[in-house]
Amino acid sequence: MQLTLEFGGGLELLCDSVKIHNINVQLKNGEEKLTMRDLLAWVRTNLVRERPEMFMKGDSVRPGVLVLVNDCDWELSGQLDTTLEEKDVVVFISTLHGG
Amino acid sequence: MESNGGDAGRILAEIQSLKASKTDLDNRIAALESQLRLLNFHNDTVSSNGSCPSISNPDFAFGHDLSPDMIYRYSRHLLLPAFGVQGQSNLLKSSILVVGAGGLGSPALLYLAACGVGRLGIVDHDVVELNNMHRQVIHTEAFIGQPKVKSAAAACRSINSSILIVEHQEALRTYNALEIFSQYDIIVDATDNAPSRYMISDCCVLLGKPLVSGAALGLEGQLTVYNYKGGPCYRCLFPTPPPTTACQRCADSGVLGVVPGVIGCLQALEAIKIASGIGEPLSGRMVLFDALSARIRIVKIRGRSLQCEVCGENAALTQQQFKDFDYEKFTQSPLATAPLKLNLLPADSRIDSGEFNEKIVKGEPHVLVDVRPAHHFKIVSLPNALNIPLSSLEGQLPEISSALKEERERRGIESESGVSLYVVCRRGNDSQRAVQLLHKKGFSSARDIIGGLEAWANDVDPNFPTY
Repeated sequence: MQLTLEFGGGLELLCDSVKIHNINVQLKNGEEKLTMRDLLAWVRTNLVRERPEMFMKGDSVRPGVLVLVNDCDWELSGQLDTTLEEKDVVVFISTLHGG
Repeated sequence: MESNGGDAGRILAEIQSLKASKTDLDNRIAALESQLRLLNFHNDTVSSNGSCPSISNPDFAFGHDLSPDMIYRYSRHLLLPAFGVQGQSNLLKSSILVVGAGGLGSPALLYLAACGVGRLGIVDHDVVELNNMHRQVIHTEAFIGQPKVKSAAAACRSINSSILIVEHQEALRTYNALEIFSQYDIIVDATDNAPSRYMISDCCVLLGKPLVSGAALGLEGQLTVYNYKGGPCYRCLFPTPPPTTACQRCADSGVLGVVPGVIGCLQALEAIKIASGIGEPLSGRMVLFDALSARIRIVKIRGRSLQCEVCGENAALTQQQFKDFDYEKFTQSPLATAPLKLNLLPADSRIDSGEFNEKIVKGEPHVLVDVRPAHHFKIVSLPNALNIPLSSLEGQLPEISSALKEERERRGIESESGVSLYVVCRRGNDSQRAVQLLHKKGFSSARDIIGGLEAWANDVDPNFPTY
């Protein structure tokens, strides 16, 4: 499944400082759909190069990270259970406090 | 010649002192004038005895409360069909508080003063510094060393002497937040740290005030409106504080000056929309601004959370609990921006900058490792320092070994322990972490320079640049 992932607010530093990643995730045998839960595990294994604790806590993202699926807060689409579709855009953004 | 020089010096000093008194008098006059206008404004609305010319005299009988001066000053607003007399009139009756007169607060305050917000409050406890100037555009060099509130208020008054500017020259804390916020209709969060953001949001929920929240760091900015007409509050989005390592500060990570400028302008815009009652405030949505790629994303965020501990269905935060709440403990980070001062090492593994200077003067054989990131090292460094950033120290230990060996050979020293190893960083925190690692890896004589390059600049070489 082709997806576009975007990291911001400093999270890109965990992925070789690259903000936009066009990725292709292979569905597991027998699976027909990809959920955000699956995608997070994939990102942790394949994209996060350092300090994984700055990205994830347990099986979800760490506090202070907003997840947006097609420009919409994942809270509105079922969080970890959100089902992804071909060409979806998923944004991970760390909240900023500076000013 | 000498006496001429002395006279000139005396005259210059007198000019300086007179100019300072003049600025002070001008500021006091402007403050009194705006107080007088406000008094007239209130008196006129109660009884129009009209003995004194006022900014808002119902006798004008134009069918609204704008004076001829106001009509002229705000004419371009009045010409906007969607804004017009009603929008401007609402704005003039509104009160807005900006918390923080820094990178976000500067442009926000300039626009809010210019546009005619009736009463504009400023809270800040900091003083203007030279390294603020590149982004905190409300301040001028003449105010360096003076309170930001004074500087910002003077700038606002010089733009618009017809509105009331209120100075709150104090740190915002739980003991004064309720009292200050209750005097305003709309709150603008232009602060720079996580505990302040939680405290400000909670206080707005308790008092039912809309909150225009902006943030900027590096080359990115974020903006949204909280607690507006049933929309989410800060805690609905971020019920659990992030780890402290995820809370970076502009003083450590840097910020391109114009980035908070953009976000601060957008904060002024949102506050103006709420105050005037026009348009759709950015509630339930968030602006994500990426300066480098010139992209702005506007995303839909969750609504008010029924489980929110502060604004949810069973929320029970009282004003007293708010006053007693420890936001620094909750977020594990300080409300004030005082830099971290670690103390990880025993005294004999540390050396102060004065002692280090003596060793250099005496020509003691040594190697100095600077563990700051490479882009910091490029700004300024001590002579002959070897730059190995802390993040890559573990992999570059052989470089330290060979530097020590080289120094031994150069000095013709036989003994392994004849060459000292010193570690320096910007403020003396990372250098301690580095020394801990070096001790573990067998460099048992490594010592850190207490207070880093900042201490060197303060105590040894006043001409050494700080940043």
